[in-house]
Amino acid sequence: MINTEIIRKDFPMLDNKKMAGKPLVYLDNSATTFKPNRVIDAINDFYHNYTSNIHRGEYELSQKADNAYDSVRGIVGRLINCSEKEVIFTSGATNSLNIVAYSYGLQNLKEGDEILLTLAEHASNVLPWFDVAKRTGAVINYIPLDEEGRLTPEGLKSVISEKTKIVAFASVTNVLGFIADVKELCRIAHQYGAIAVVDGAQSTAHIKTDVKDWDCDFLAFSAHKMCGPSGVGVLYGKKEILDAMVPFTYGGGSNARFEADGTVILKDAPEKFESGTPDMEGVIGLGAAVKYISSVGLDNIYEHEKQLRDYVVRKIKELGNVEIYNEHGDTGIIALNVKDIFAQDAASYIGSQGIAVRSGNHCAKMLHNVIGVTETIRASFYFYNTYEDADRLVEALKNCTIENCIGIFF
Amino acid sequence: MILREILLDHYEYPHNHKLTDSPDFREAHMASESCIDDIRVQAKIEDGVIEDIRFDGRACTISTASTSMMTDLVKGKTIEQAKEIMDNYFAMIDGREFDETILDEAIALQGVSKQANRIKCATIGWHGLEKLIAESEEDNDGK
Ligand SMILES: Cc1ncc(COP(=O)(O)O)c(C=O)c1O
Repeated sequence: MINTEIIRKDFPMLDNKKMAGKPLVYLDNSATTFKPNRVIDAINDFYHNYTSNIHRGEYELSQKADNAYDSVRGIVGRLINCSEKEVIFTSGATNSLNIVAYSYGLQNLKEGDEILLTLAEHASNVLPWFDVAKRTGAVINYIPLDEEGRLTPEGLKSVISEKTKIVAFASVTNVLGFIADVKELCRIAHQYGAIAVVDGAQSTAHIKTDVKDWDCDFLAFSAHKMCGPSGVGVLYGKKEILDAMVPFTYGGGSNARFEADGTVILKDAPEKFESGTPDMEGVIGLGAAVKYISSVGLDNIYEHEKQLRDYVVRKIKELGNVEIYNEHGDTGIIALNVKDIFAQDAASYIGSQGIAVRSGNHCAKMLHNVIGVTETIRASFYFYNTYEDADRLVEALKNCTIENCIGIFF
Repeated sequence: MILREILLDHYEYPHNHKLTDSPDFREAHMASESCIDDIRVQAKIEDGVIEDIRFDGRACTISTASTSMMTDLVKGKTIEQAKEIMDNYFAMIDGREFDETILDEAIALQGVSKQANRIKCATIGWHGLEKLIAESEEDNDGK
């Protein structure tokens, strides 16, 4: 059980903030989350007390930075159940997925090979594959979703074949918020000799991740969606796959030595994928964020989100003027439209009531093929949201008439 | 009519809201400014005069109403007159000084200047017109 009254004290952004003159209700947690003091303090501590570059100095400060940075691999490893050698720090989920596409994909795909995606994927798990397919001659196909937009093992089974080399999908989708049966999907992919790439951007902070149990080959996620700082994220890859891969960015930090004749000796994974001075304070903030959400407990987080979602969905349905696109969604994400009102107009009105929601296609630009509309409003709840937040949203939706949407301009 | 009713009216019953296949019209497809609005503006520009102008597409209240008002304002005007209207309109949306008498009903959109995230909506159709005028001027330079 989560006591939001206590939890909310950890977050400066939840301390009596106002928006448009009204108490702020933040329901855009799928875009990014607020940061608790422990994360902010950890980053500040690096700035105030031990700023230095990692892996380069023989002096105490630098060693302190080294220890802080490297210890985060273990912290992340405990969160997702992998070895610290399998944790690559990146600039975020997008960067992580690009590494998989350009390092693994370019090296391993050839003409006629197949990449399987879904129409619910975020741009970052689509566009790198489009490009890699173009360069290698591989083809992209889509796993059919069920009538609600859910990825199912049956859907994968209906299209996968020996030609399939990569199956890439989100463990939780960012518009509909369905939780995929990652373990079963990975099992099917492996049966056909394909690797499974999991986009965990919307899942790592909301449900338990166990890469060993899932048996996924790669997992990508961002710190900022899990109470950590932006500009930093993780790519998990199975050790044996990472060892066989060559990086697609080069520079300092990733190599042991190089010579004028072109010889380069790369370090082992994960360092060989981390060229250049990394976002050290970001990684340190990520470590603090993982510790924080682990202390709250992912089971508690999920249960709270699910209860809030069930409550708000029930209330919204009573209104009658709102269409929900993912009534049976599994997480705190609710995709909706106010009937006969363009999503952006409604979101602006809702914003004028102090409530932050997002409108648009949320970077899942192929999803309209599944849900039949191009734009939706997305409200996304997290463990620090309350029933009062839910009631405020319901009230705003109730009053969301075209007259009120226009009224904000006067 | 009070301003908000004017705005609502242009949204619910947009003017010049029908595209044509006529080869006399140039077209600007405005879809890349944001990932939401997607509209087409068509204009028939002859001898420096905007003889006719139309639009259609998927758009929010502000983009629909602002484009509808624009078509009313510039239809039948010379390019020079249209440019003056545009300058004043952009000034209004930027929160700068402008001449109210020139903008007629479009002053209903003055409040958009205070909603930064909707400025793109209020200007998308106008940028379409800007593009069409620039293209027609280039063609004439070439002649
Ligand atoms: C499902 C999904 N994948 C990937 C991303 C990309 O994350 P980032 O922008 O942090 O790289 C997002 C972010 O919205 C997402 O929701």
